[in-house]
Amino acid sequence: MANAKPAPIYLDYQATTPTDPRVVDAMLPWFAQHFGNPHSSEHAHGWTAAEAVDRARAEVAALIGAKAKEIVFTSGATESNNLAIKGAAHHRRQAEGRTRVVTVATEHKCVLESCARLGREGFDVVVLGVDREGRLDLSHLEAAVDGDTALVTVMAANNEIGVLHPLAEIAEIAHRAGAWLHTDAAQAVGKVPVDVAEQDIDLLSISGHKIYGPKGIGALYVRRRPRISLEPQMDGGGQEKGVRSGTLAPALCVGLGKACALAAAEFEAEAERLAVLRDRFLDRVRTAAPDLEVNGPARDRLAGNLSITVPGVDSDELMAALDGVSVSSGSACSSGARDSSHVLRAIGRDPAAREATLRIGFGRFTTEEEVDAAAGVVVAACGRLRGAARRAAV
Amino acid sequence: MSVAYLDYNASAPLRAEAREAMLAALACAGNPSSVHAAGRAIRQRLAEAREAVAELVGARADQVVFTSGATEANNLALRGYRPDGRAPRILASAVEHVSVLAAAEQIELIPVESSGVVDLGALQRMLAERDWRDCIVSVMAVNNETGVVQPVDEIVRIARAAGAVVHCDAVQAAGKHPFDMATGGIDLLTLSGHKIGAPRGVGALLVGEGVELRPENRGGGQERGLRGGAEAVDAIAGLGAVARLSGRMLEDHARASALTARLESEVRRLAAQAQILGSGAERVGTTSCIALPGVRAETQLMALDLQGVCVSAGSACSSGKVSPSHVLRAMGYGEGVADCAIRVSLGWNSTEDDVGRFLDAYGQMVARLGTAA
Repeated sequence: MANAKPAPIYLDYQATTPTDPRVVDAMLPWFAQHFGNPHSSEHAHGWTAAEAVDRARAEVAALIGAKAKEIVFTSGATESNNLAIKGAAHHRRQAEGRTRVVTVATEHKCVLESCARLGREGFDVVVLGVDREGRLDLSHLEAAVDGDTALVTVMAANNEIGVLHPLAEIAEIAHRAGAWLHTDAAQAVGKVPVDVAEQDIDLLSISGHKIYGPKGIGALYVRRRPRISLEPQMDGGGQEKGVRSGTLAPALCVGLGKACALAAAEFEAEAERLAVLRDRFLDRVRTAAPDLEVNGPARDRLAGNLSITVPGVDSDELMAALDGVSVSSGSACSSGARDSSHVLRAIGRDPAAREATLRIGFGRFTTEEEVDAAAGVVVAACGRLRGAARRAAV
Repeated sequence: MSVAYLDYNASAPLRAEAREAMLAALACAGNPSSVHAAGRAIRQRLAEAREAVAELVGARADQVVFTSGATEANNLALRGYRPDGRAPRILASAVEHVSVLAAAEQIELIPVESSGVVDLGALQRMLAERDWRDCIVSVMAVNNETGVVQPVDEIVRIARAAGAVVHCDAVQAAGKHPFDMATGGIDLLTLSGHKIGAPRGVGALLVGEGVELRPENRGGGQERGLRGGAEAVDAIAGLGAVARLSGRMLEDHARASALTARLESEVRRLAAQAQILGSGAERVGTTSCIALPGVRAETQLMALDLQGVCVSAGSACSSGKVSPSHVLRAMGYGEGVADCAIRVSLGWNSTEDDVGRFLDAYGQMVARLGTAA
């Protein structure tokens, strides 16, 4: 008889994070006795839901140095990004005739898709390239941003290769030309310091399920001073000060608030721990495959992210061989369909290298034992796939 | 103070089955788009929920697009359908939910009769006036403020004959009426989670055969490319669990309808001047729109709220403003009635005690305020 399978080791924290049990606990009361519609403010049930939502709003704001009233709840980072990009561009074209939008080739699909839609609507969309480590050349940015530019949108941290972009410097360049800065901070918030005041950010997207909160909730920070105005993308009951209609889900808002509060208290220690785990994993795998290459920079990157290219190995075969270890070959999108990564392409990886790349994400619940076990599985699988086992047997 | 909750049309309490399904999903890691085992496991839950929701309304699983709620579903239906690349003209009833009325770029309103039922003659005349091919006729199945049931089958027949696509906001009908999207001929159908005892933060748009939509939320290609963004699997699992209870939902609805009938007859006894608006039409049994002429709705709500009784004035939207109901205005009610109506709505967990507490509070209120009129 085969032994019972051990629990799978989850190392895909950039795709999604498990919901922290403390977040689930905070949500539980809202699954049970509280059931007011947060907008039915005339009666007692409604008020308590509204209060909980406001508390959550303050917790989200505190994590990024914003004010509670600058936070708009959405259904997730995709909606936040769509609302920020299309909402800002449409507003500024209407109000000021600004028609340019500047972005970067390594942005998340939903940012690139939102920009592409603007392009079809007649906006002048500039997509900047990056260097081999995924960094943006700020002189290129400076050249691209002009007096017609409505918006610059650059992510805070890349979801595949972990590179961090210098938002304060990008904000300065954008603002010199009167452009607004939006940043997709889904991977950065709660992982690295983010402060909208200090970094002078106008619009910032947050995801719940990337920071140990629930799926189906996100937020958009919309600066009040100076005031940033958006054209709403969803019409209805005028909730969220008219910016985002639809009934709020108090349980999800409370869960996101709790996740932000936990992140604020814990992210620094967590990042240190994850960097150690990541390096430990990398050292072990590198011993067995000295020719492996790390994608993204060595410094200025997310502590919990690792992207490695193992020459001569196909990542699909490798993933299939990684029994019991959940990692990915790129970003998790479009219903499991595999698309050669646009991020790896942008940093100059050729097709063979792109197919030989794994993304490993470490997070709050990752243990040293899991890292060692997973490294062992990866090493063994790489060895098998590269024919090392056969050579050793000769 | 414990409260008596009679505001199910605003939001229904979560059913235990939904809560359990959500907790089970919350305990799993994994993004449903990931290739690995964790991703597959959560994708399986998503697929099961999709089957259940499709079955609830007689559709196919691949016709379900999960959204963050009905507002998003209505927006996707009305803004996403662009047969020739442009926003289509939309013919919507004057009593639609505000998310339908606001989402449409070019809208014409179909009047309703004083009973609240769509004026079918007017619809036919409007359709005959010009070419409505590739346009949308949008009519809700059940009105959220009055509970009036619209003759959807008849509307579908008339609209289709004119070549229009039919969108039906079925948010207030699901679980109260058996539904069959396939035989009913509806092209686009909106559902909400939190109106049927599933969680808030989830809804669905059902997209019929041959209807092509442009996504509003663009992203990773989820939901067959129609709605980007990682699916809210936990909330969706909760919606799936409730959708599986279709038989029980109908039983609960029948029980709550009996309670509502008692409530209405007692209200008539307590206040002879009270009017049940929409009572001239077929209504779902669990919604009562009760006007107490001369006593403003806000005043009534506060008086009832002080007794721990939760009802609402018209529909609950936008940060608690009580604004005059466009639904009652469309039915021809002026100030003095439209501004003096409360909505009482019951549902799956309503009790005799809820009704008793409402009637006690209502009786006291009428004794104190109602005679002024």
